[in-house]
Amino acid sequence: MANSILSDKRLRIFFTAWWLVWILLQYIILKQTNVDNIHAISDSIISNVLLATCGFFISNNMKYYLPRKEKYWYILVVSLTVSFLWMLAQQGCMWLFLKEGDPYIDVIHQSWGIRFGAGFLLISSMSMFSLLWYSQQEQREQDSRKTETERLSKEAELFKLRQQLQPHFLFNSLNSISALTGSNPEKARHMIHQLSDFLRGTLKKDEQQWNTLEEELQYLQLYLEIEKVRFGHRLQTEIVYNENMLRFKLPVLLLQPVVENAIKFGLYDTTDEVLIRIEATEEHRNLKIVVKNPYDPETSQPMKGTGFGLSSIKRRLFLLFARHDLLFTNKDNKYFITTILIPQIV
Amino acid sequence: MMKVIIIDDEPLARSIVKEYLQTHTDLELVAECNDGFEGIKTIQQLQPDLIFLDIQMPKINGFEMLELIENPPAVIFTTAFDEFAIKAFESNAVDYLLKPFSKERFDKAILKYQPHQSTEPLQNVMETAAQSVLQQNRVVVKDGSRIRIIPVNQIHYLEAADDYVKIVTAEGTFLKKRTMNFFEQSLIAYHFARVHRSYIVNTQLITRIEAYEKDSHLVLLNTGAKLPVSKSGYAKLKETLGI
Repeated sequence: MANSILSDKRLRIFFTAWWLVWILLQYIILKQTNVDNIHAISDSIISNVLLATCGFFISNNMKYYLPRKEKYWYILVVSLTVSFLWMLAQQGCMWLFLKEGDPYIDVIHQSWGIRFGAGFLLISSMSMFSLLWYSQQEQREQDSRKTETERLSKEAELFKLRQQLQPHFLFNSLNSISALTGSNPEKARHMIHQLSDFLRGTLKKDEQQWNTLEEELQYLQLYLEIEKVRFGHRLQTEIVYNENMLRFKLPVLLLQPVVENAIKFGLYDTTDEVLIRIEATEEHRNLKIVVKNPYDPETSQPMKGTGFGLSSIKRRLFLLFARHDLLFTNKDNKYFITTILIPQIV
Repeated sequence: MMKVIIIDDEPLARSIVKEYLQTHTDLELVAECNDGFEGIKTIQQLQPDLIFLDIQMPKINGFEMLELIENPPAVIFTTAFDEFAIKAFESNAVDYLLKPFSKERFDKAILKYQPHQSTEPLQNVMETAAQSVLQQNRVVVKDGSRIRIIPVNQIHYLEAADDYVKIVTAEGTFLKKRTMNFFEQSLIAYHFARVHRSYIVNTQLITRIEAYEKDSHLVLLNTGAKLPVSKSGYAKLKETLGI
């Protein structure tokens, strides 16, 4: 529910001042037509207090019911009706206040036209003001709800993209552990610990969006060690970076899926040993990560776009940076190269 | 004594099968292979009775390997996770082991294979396996002693040739023992249309369609090939091209 207009302190002060001005104005006008002080003061106060009350009711009413269709007609009709009621109430009050036979009663009767006009003017402008104020409030609420929904869905999508754990990887790792428990229990236990640490990493809730390169590389190392147990000597890796690059930031769990993609591509496209090269460099103050894997141009499957593994990374980068050009791939005769640029905005 | 071969690219995955096999004295492990190529060679040399076959392997996967063997032996698949494969296996009588699997589960699978069985269920699995191969948008063929992997988009057209289908590409023509119907159905997702009883064409290569006699047409490919289009083929072609 919208807040009432009077919940705003500045507006409360403004309205008080506004009505004081009107009381003063009416008093001055009455004085100019030679009305004595007592009548002028009481008339001004009673009229304007009643008007303010009417305004308050109209505006309060809009808090519960905001006309949508026909809202301008609504204002006209309501203002006319309320002005008329106000005029009756004002005359009633003056009649109660004044002694019988006071000639000022006739003055009030005779001036109904100007009184009605002034009342209508004020009441309709108050209605208009309230209408605009509440409409604006409603709009603002809608906007904030909308941005909130958008934010939530974006976050959910980011979380999902980050969490795409490959079931192949998990089950094959478990199978390796199963094999090791017979032949090398110590190594099996070690691998269980590595796998647990790795899984804990993927399950980490989105407390943080960013990691330093150092943290990402540690996490990557965990993954690579597990893969090396699985594939044995067939998988070789080389990680190249400069010490001062370690502070650079990148989105959480971005690096590992890129490398996973390269390993899968590399390992399943050749039967030889496979060297995966990961290099982090600085380019125009951005972090540039290049992942290289061998492939066979003759038999390589035609990749649709950039392949699923990479398209989800691309999507993540777009959600985070609103840019489509941060991930690209190219290939030469022997190597498939994935390049990622991470703008350093923090 | 039955001869057994393990084909899996992960050394530890092979070692667990080897370990489980130790209690089966009637089975003799004669070889272990790293990948499908090695698998084909070894199977032809040693003629095993039973193979343990992984699906996700370098270069060609387990299904593709099976496709290239003339008289495949009995197969127990060992795989980690393959939704499609699981569906295929469940509808057929062939056994499969989901990694990681227990000794008990392993023994059960072996028991199923003890009696000499017909190869009929294997035929079924081959069909579904072939479908899965095409899901990878490529076709694997044997070219003499070589194995070729042809990406679907490099196929110009297919032509019926008795029990075989001729696959025509820029690098030559290859034969594959499959039916035209099989290719028609599986290639429809890749912009291929069966324009004639004997022809399936890659519609992305079509440069022109010409009228030819009554009720029939000709398609011209950018490779220079001209293929006949039957009346019903013309309707299918129009549908594929969206005209």
